[in-house]
Amino acid sequence: MIARAAGLAVLVAAIAAFPLFMGSYPVKLLQEILIFGLFAMSLDLLMGYTGMVSFGHSAFFGIGAYVAALALVKSPGLTSALLLPAAVAAVGALLIGYFSIRVSGVYFIMLTLAFSQMFYAVAFQNAFLGAEDGLVGIPRPTVAGWSIGSLGRFHAYLIAIEGLLALFLWRVTRSPFGHVLRGIHENEARMQAVGYPVRRYKLAAFVIAGTVAGIAGALYTQFQGSVSPDAFFWTTSGQALLMVIIGGTGTLGGAMLGAAAFILLQSLVSSYTERWMLILGVTFVLLVLFAPGGIVGTLRGRVGLRA
Amino acid sequence: MSEAPLLALDRLSRHFGALAAVNGVTLSIAPRERRAIIGPNGAGKTTLFNLITGHLAPSAGRVLLGGETVGGLAPHAIARRGLSRSFQRNNLFPRLTVLENLRLAAAADGKGSWSLLGGASRLGPSLARARETADAVGLAGRLEEAAGALSYGEQRQLEVGLALATRPRILLLDEPTAGMSPEETARMTRMLEGLPREVTLLIIEHDMDVVGSLADRVTVLHYGEVLTEGSFDHVKADPRVYEVYLGSA
Repeated sequence: MIARAAGLAVLVAAIAAFPLFMGSYPVKLLQEILIFGLFAMSLDLLMGYTGMVSFGHSAFFGIGAYVAALALVKSPGLTSALLLPAAVAAVGALLIGYFSIRVSGVYFIMLTLAFSQMFYAVAFQNAFLGAEDGLVGIPRPTVAGWSIGSLGRFHAYLIAIEGLLALFLWRVTRSPFGHVLRGIHENEARMQAVGYPVRRYKLAAFVIAGTVAGIAGALYTQFQGSVSPDAFFWTTSGQALLMVIIGGTGTLGGAMLGAAAFILLQSLVSSYTERWMLILGVTFVLLVLFAPGGIVGTLRGRVGLRA
Repeated sequence: MSEAPLLALDRLSRHFGALAAVNGVTLSIAPRERRAIIGPNGAGKTTLFNLITGHLAPSAGRVLLGGETVGGLAPHAIARRGLSRSFQRNNLFPRLTVLENLRLAAAADGKGSWSLLGGASRLGPSLARARETADAVGLAGRLEEAAGALSYGEQRQLEVGLALATRPRILLLDEPTAGMSPEETARMTRMLEGLPREVTLLIIEHDMDVVGSLADRVTVLHYGEVLTEGSFDHVKADPRVYEVYLGSA
């Protein structure tokens, strides 16, 4: 336990201090990993803990990204950067969730996918949202009088938010509420039979996951200084799914590791060949075949690490 | 028997197409009563349970719990009114431990279960209830075992435990001894006999020894209808009951 906490502290410190001894490209790569890792972690709360496989999680990532873009242009503060995107994503998740959780399995996958593609279509066609080009030239916020425009400051800002949200998600999975989600994952019908209003719990999980995904989207806008309709596209949902599966479902940390593996592999392979998609595809097939528990599952099996 | 019934079924029916699985069943269970429902396979016993617990909607008739109709309520809402059930086939949380299984059931009243950030200390009352239930169903020594790793007989005990942990006013048990060895059946019977008398019991059972030692009254169901009702000895002496069982064998 103490060894694990110490290990985690060292890791966090290394991530935080990364810009001090690394150039701008690796730092940007790390920041992208952190943002997509947060997005994947929010999906893991649904997939790994509650057993709801959503293929439309990009809807909330996109909502957060676009709301942040629109709001930051008007006033570059924390409200625009985080609060507003989170709030709108939460409302979006409440609405989409209300309809989607009535079905499960493949139908849930299809419904969430359909909703996210509707958002994509709106963003792609709406001139107010920049249509297919998206919105560019988005300023980063000023926090307590500090502009976080520079790479180092943005890094500190990112670490602080990521840390808080990761801690929040971790607490949720271990809370009484989180235990109810695990019960639903294990046996939804029995949870209902002993008296749990299962739908309400599933909707709450969906809204929490959607809100965190919205914040991840908002951070991505600030990271890039722009946003495009791709944020809503199903491939964004698919990437998060892959990250969770590669890392190991139901572990939170696995989602972050999966994001790291995905993005590092992508940047590494794509710098050598244009056929990087093919190589990535084959790698994922092999991973799923030979490491079905994901990175974390395999580590636990080999080294005897425990949850 | 002058007391108002805790559970009353009023001409309850359920049709599946042309088949009347349950046909005009009227029943009345008094508080603290232990009632057995017997009948050959296909008599509609489990369908009757599903109608009572809200898992199936009746085609006609009413279910009254403590004098109030529970028609149209979802299973979780009926469970929260103090009616809980066990299932004929084990219906557990296999990858969670025995203690976690029981704690989840004990916390189903919702108190504390909406806490997002609270830790284990918030689970105090439901953990205590879970331990108490584990004692009652004879699993106190297996608390940290995953439910899926228990023996079949122990899983049956946990199955009853999940229903009991919710502190029900009335407990519906669907063949609690199904598939058990004679020793396991005897243990389960002792356990059920030891339940506090405040818990009203409605039990579907095939084993006549279990019925004889547990039930105050017995209702015989045949082709979805009540054939007869009375004390175990009364029902046993009824030639029609004998015929129904022989006829189905």
